[in-house]
Amino acid sequence: MRRYSAFAIAREAARHHQGWERAWRSPEPRKKYDAIIVGAGGHGLATAYYLGKNHGLKNVAVIEKGWLGGGNTGRNTTIIRSNYLQDPSAAIYEKARSLYETMSQDLNYNVMFSPRGVIMLAQTHHEVRGYQRTAHANQHQGVSTRFISPEEVKKLVPIINLDGPRYPVLGGLWQARGGTARHDAVAWGYARACSDMGMDIIQKCEVTGVRSSNGQVMGVETTKGPIDCDKLGIVVAGHSGVLADMAGFRLPIESVALQALVSEPIKPCMDVVVMANTVHGYMSQSDKGEMVIGGGADGYNNYTQRGSFHHIEETVRALIETFPMISRLKMLRQWGGIVDMTGDRSPIISKTPLGNCFVNCGWGTGGFKAIPGSGWAMAELMAKGESPLAAEFTMNRFKAGRFIDESVAAGVAH
Amino acid sequence: MLLLTCPYCGVEADETELSPGGEAHLKRFGPGASDEDFEAYLFLRDNPKGVHLERWRHANGCGKWFLAARCTSTLEVFGTYPAQTTRPPEDVLEAIRAKRPGWEMPA
Repeated sequence: MRRYSAFAIAREAARHHQGWERAWRSPEPRKKYDAIIVGAGGHGLATAYYLGKNHGLKNVAVIEKGWLGGGNTGRNTTIIRSNYLQDPSAAIYEKARSLYETMSQDLNYNVMFSPRGVIMLAQTHHEVRGYQRTAHANQHQGVSTRFISPEEVKKLVPIINLDGPRYPVLGGLWQARGGTARHDAVAWGYARACSDMGMDIIQKCEVTGVRSSNGQVMGVETTKGPIDCDKLGIVVAGHSGVLADMAGFRLPIESVALQALVSEPIKPCMDVVVMANTVHGYMSQSDKGEMVIGGGADGYNNYTQRGSFHHIEETVRALIETFPMISRLKMLRQWGGIVDMTGDRSPIISKTPLGNCFVNCGWGTGGFKAIPGSGWAMAELMAKGESPLAAEFTMNRFKAGRFIDESVAAGVAH
Repeated sequence: MLLLTCPYCGVEADETELSPGGEAHLKRFGPGASDEDFEAYLFLRDNPKGVHLERWRHANGCGKWFLAARCTSTLEVFGTYPAQTTRPPEDVLEAIRAKRPGWEMPA
């Protein structure tokens, strides 16, 4: 792999950019791999990357039915934060956030991580108490957050209206080191690094079955023929239930649509990320100037990657009260992704009833921020059979009643 | 916009009038049931990509719970039916099989 650098740009500029090589290979599948990861989104590629980097397991294939990073990795609002209430969540999300800080150097790929700061607005008294509690918990967990006053919110976000009649701003949970990153670049950077380690990223190849013998996984059936493996990692977000069905078990997961939208580009007006959980609206401004807005999830099972219009209407209606200046913005695009929701709104990184088959799913509405931490933990679990970061996120926690209850912590999807 | 006909009041309601209630025909186990049974009832879901039998409440209408057969990959609705039953009525099953040959009711 030729490294990207200022020198490389100068070199290519001098020869009409004829020398750039493809960022990753597109090989045909071999007959057998040590490990197969199903799903070439951020989480799947990160898992493969850390299998190679941290555990020396490089005979790995990442199989993707569509194109790389074309699912939820390309459909989110790119927010990165780790201000969770429960210890296991704070640990894995903070690991992810810290890995984002060095990701561009680590991958030699500019993921445009922008630690611009994230505010979660407290717009009810319940939220004020909840976020104060989270701020206290975060201090114990080593996550740097602070509860700030409405005046401090106004200083950080001059375009905000503190005195909305329905949703006044009573304060906020401020994480200065949260921010955003370029979501496609995260997938592309991991893919390039995986390919460089000799891993095969096989796109347009759908898994149609999971083969097993004596309770152990043997391989997968795909649209490009059968492929054998010693270990299988299922990292397919919204389609986890479909893959679990092939592998012969059920998951505590339901798939629903989550939508986002962007406005026309405008001049810089907001240099932090603002989340308003009471009204299910999240907003940040992209480098292009578009206001990127995320909404709430639909309530019913859905695989169509389209959401219901009334959710957008509700989100925008509430955001306009909090940000009056966006009322005349035109919206350019709207899209949906299929998110995998668990009962306690926490992910699953776990062994499964099928031997040597592992599952990483259930990230719900908040998967992008977790990509590096999730891959780190999943790779460790697949390589060693256990991972401290993933220890609490087993699929059996529901039977045991050991929930990691973030739905109560945040009050809403997040 | 999803439209479902409430089998009680007959109103063709759009989804802003309705509250979704997840998978239908969940089997509830009685006293003495195992942890596995209880877990299956409370948490485990088929979550199919395709025909889904599900609960809805006509929340901003007559207020009653009913059931619907719907495809989660096309949003096609095969029919709705009252909730006091353990399986869909024959006309709904026929409507599903006509569009999805080979479909079987999940166990």
